[in-house]
Amino acid sequence: MQPFEYASPKTLKEALALLGAGWGDAAVLAGGTDLLSLMKDNVMAPKRLVNVKEIPELKGITKTGAGVRIGAAVTVDELASNALIRASFPALLAAAQGISSMQMRNMGTVGGDLCQRPRCWYFRAGFGLLPTHEGKNLVAEGDSRYHAILGAGPAHFVSASSFGPALIALGAKVKIASAKGTREVEAAKFFVAPQNSETREVALQPNEILTEIVVPVSAAKNATYEIRQKDALDWPLATASVSLTMKGTAVGSARIVLGHVGPTPFDADGAAKWLAGKTITVETAEAAGKAAVESAKPLKDNAYKVQMAAVAVKRALLAAAGVKA
Amino acid sequence: MPEYRWPDMSKRKVMGQRFSRLDGVEKSSGRAKYSSDLNKPGMLHAVLVTSPHAHAKVRSIDTSAAEKHPGVAAVRVIAPAGTEIQWAGWEVAIIAANTELAARDAAAKVKVEYDVLEHFVREADLKKVKTRAKPAGEQVEGDPEMAAKQADVVSEGYYGIPVLTHCCLETHGNVVQWTPDNKVEFNPSTQSVTSIRGDLARLLSVPAANIHVHQDHVGGGFGSKFQPDRWGLESSQLSKQAGGRPVKIFLDRATELVIGGIRPSGFANIKVGAKKDGTITLWESESWATGGIGGGGSPPIPYVFTKIPNRRQSHSAVSTNTAPSRAWRAPNHQQACYLTCAPLEDLAAKLKMDPVELLIKNAGLTARPDTYVRQLKKAAELSEWSKLWHPRGDAGKGSIRRGLGVGAGTWGGAGHDSTARVTIHPDGTVEVELGSQDLGTGTRTIIAQVAAESLGLRVQDVRVKIGDTNYPPSGTSGGSTTVGGVSSSTRKASLNALEKLYIEVAEALGAPADQLTVAEGKVLVKDNPAKSLPWKAACQKLGVKTISETGSNVPAQAAREGLNTGGVGGVQIADVSVDIETGVVKMNRLVAVQDMGLVINPKTAESQIFGACIMSICGALMEERITDEITGRVLNADMEFYKLAGIKDIGEIVVHLDITEENDKRGVIGLGEPPAVPGIAAISNAVANAIGLRVPTVPMTPMHVLNALAGRKS
Repeated sequence: MQPFEYASPKTLKEALALLGAGWGDAAVLAGGTDLLSLMKDNVMAPKRLVNVKEIPELKGITKTGAGVRIGAAVTVDELASNALIRASFPALLAAAQGISSMQMRNMGTVGGDLCQRPRCWYFRAGFGLLPTHEGKNLVAEGDSRYHAILGAGPAHFVSASSFGPALIALGAKVKIASAKGTREVEAAKFFVAPQNSETREVALQPNEILTEIVVPVSAAKNATYEIRQKDALDWPLATASVSLTMKGTAVGSARIVLGHVGPTPFDADGAAKWLAGKTITVETAEAAGKAAVESAKPLKDNAYKVQMAAVAVKRALLAAAGVKA
Repeated sequence: MPEYRWPDMSKRKVMGQRFSRLDGVEKSSGRAKYSSDLNKPGMLHAVLVTSPHAHAKVRSIDTSAAEKHPGVAAVRVIAPAGTEIQWAGWEVAIIAANTELAARDAAAKVKVEYDVLEHFVREADLKKVKTRAKPAGEQVEGDPEMAAKQADVVSEGYYGIPVLTHCCLETHGNVVQWTPDNKVEFNPSTQSVTSIRGDLARLLSVPAANIHVHQDHVGGGFGSKFQPDRWGLESSQLSKQAGGRPVKIFLDRATELVIGGIRPSGFANIKVGAKKDGTITLWESESWATGGIGGGGSPPIPYVFTKIPNRRQSHSAVSTNTAPSRAWRAPNHQQACYLTCAPLEDLAAKLKMDPVELLIKNAGLTARPDTYVRQLKKAAELSEWSKLWHPRGDAGKGSIRRGLGVGAGTWGGAGHDSTARVTIHPDGTVEVELGSQDLGTGTRTIIAQVAAESLGLRVQDVRVKIGDTNYPPSGTSGGSTTVGGVSSSTRKASLNALEKLYIEVAEALGAPADQLTVAEGKVLVKDNPAKSLPWKAACQKLGVKTISETGSNVPAQAAREGLNTGGVGGVQIADVSVDIETGVVKMNRLVAVQDMGLVINPKTAESQIFGACIMSICGALMEERITDEITGRVLNADMEFYKLAGIKDIGEIVVHLDITEENDKRGVIGLGEPPAVPGIAAISNAVANAIGLRVPTVPMTPMHVLNALAGRKS
């Protein structure tokens, strides 16, 4: 492991001043549940770690005019036990509960969940985000059982974020700070499918920190359904988060976002539009699930994930609408 | 010579009782020190440089930069130029430094140039395997052609059970110190304290008498920790090179999963036939397996039902560029059990017959019909088979389908060579010493129980000392031989020591030594129990003497003495629920019925079976070493994608120990392996029963289940 400098600033301003122009200069340390293993595996070797857990601006869950503001350094456990979250955002709560390790929930943060690196086994072995070996595309020609079924390529890893799909479905925005000021990005635009091996999978620059997430409060019914093999800590194989604005008993408008099926959370816009005006039943939910994966292009080993993703959508819709299967 | 036979079942006071493990608190509170917890003054940390290529020739190796790295004390090349590497993870060099971090950073500076050669790492597809397979020749028994023609029902299928790893929580390794006076202090994580000394002596050319081995606990072995291994040898050499400083090496998780041991795979195309009434008449199998570069893995099929009359079998050992197999808790038995019980259950489905009935009907094809019939019925009762089982595919409509399945296993388990020394001190203290080891199974506890029973004492009156070559030699903990070996040697040593004590106290009790006995902490006269001395008072008669006697289990004599034997059967029934939309399999219940001879401690025996069942659940649903065809590496050498069950994934485990007067008379029989055999087959059969078709390969991950349901090849 490359020796590194450790800094634990007390203000956001100090923290921002400690970041560098390149990814190798500094890395933001929150829970460390991902970063430390990346460093141990020599996948990342930042010269400086900037701990953000001591910065008050990154903490707390509060109600503001724009919605519920979640500090980026709020832990998964704090999120899951917060009354505001529990009252309005079952989609976020379910995503938090899906992280079924108490240790992970205690250490891991909401911002860290959004910024964590992909779990692609080729990436973790040092072959990069668009891994090749001796001219061969490792994901396409190697073992792709846990890889993407959606997305235009060339990236085939899946976004590992648990909260991303729910935040997108809920229309959340993330706030990003740099020494020059702050900017606001829609959660949907925070995730980026890298087009070359130099770019990252999130819309952050090396000199920026994700500071908070703002989730608008509405009457929309929302839910997340996660398919994992294990009840113990395990990565989801497919998830779906949905948000339904109702018009009487029918769906006025919907958002359907899939997780763990593409290099970014996948916004199934077509399926959501199809659902408008319909009542949620087992049949319509199933049809919406199928529509959501219409454009899926599975790789050699992961055709099974197409059905799984459709089922996740169906079950999330039923859960949001309170319909029993 | 004392009468060594076990006391009658009804007369035992300490044996047969449910004692918690003596080291339970120490272990669960973290106070127990494993060898990997040891840190000695001046200790160096060693790490390996391993090959990233599955097949390559070392062109050159340059360690000069690593040697200059701050903190590095010694460097050794393991694979010099010209070495042909046969698997990714092959040890190429080793470095000892003041800190593990310095050693790792120095390891990154070792420059190795390879000529990369073609590799072969995946064996599931027989068509791709051909050139790497060594056929062992065909075996034919009876007339399989005729039997195939005459069978009323023939069932054919492809079945596969993959390579998995031992994944010991305490990884392989040791702390070693080889001092300039040519003495070696060795603290390994091993299943064989006694024999590892001789192995190390040979490897280092040091007299065995100069080597001292000590280990208090071992954090998992499962058959993979018998030898000092390459890292044991090389870390010893590093210690010598560094002037005798202690060197610690324990494999990191990734290396542990790649070279710390694997279970061979087992694949087969199998055809079985039967008459309408379920009488099995035909077995044909074309099987193949890999245990690494040397091939290996030859599952004994047909398993349990070995006497199927007409058989045609061929097996090929497949050489892959992967690290070699090691014994894995009942070597080749899980594979054989799966490759037999799954096809038989498919046959039952085709016959439209209850598979438990099919097995009962064909119990005559096994070596112990009565045992299996009794166990099948008991397991059926405990699993509520008659209520919950349904014909295949008849699990109702919803997305959650419940099913039950059965598997049967067998194992040997007679006691190994073992010598125990029992010392009775004049203050009444009792020590039992053996160069044995407790793999976490409760060996310490059962030794104490046997000694206490034999000496008329309580468990807390006996101090058990194991894990050290200063104690008498005791066998390797493999093959479920430990409990038989150590219980018998402890019994004999205890009675030999007691015989000496009787001589010393005979006068005080006014009776001949051969008329004395012990009970409830007293030495007393057999015919006149009123004449007695409390244990402590009796021992005081020793004056300045100390009694120290040994006793040995000699496997060739064991059966005659009646202390231990081998040969058991076991039946397990699994109850699962499968979500057919997601492919996720959940365990409801796993029932294990196990026959095992004399049970010294039902609690630790049950724990053994719980552990075995959990391993089977992991093996049936989650565990699989995944190799990459392009890079030749293991893709899931971690505990993230090398999946193991958590507590919520296990469901209910119901254990039934077949404790009967009749079984008890057979003496002690090992239990490590037997219950680890039938679970995988039972769970696979339960899934088939639930979803109406066979998932041909385990583990039955959601991918494999959904692929099977969709008719896709996995």
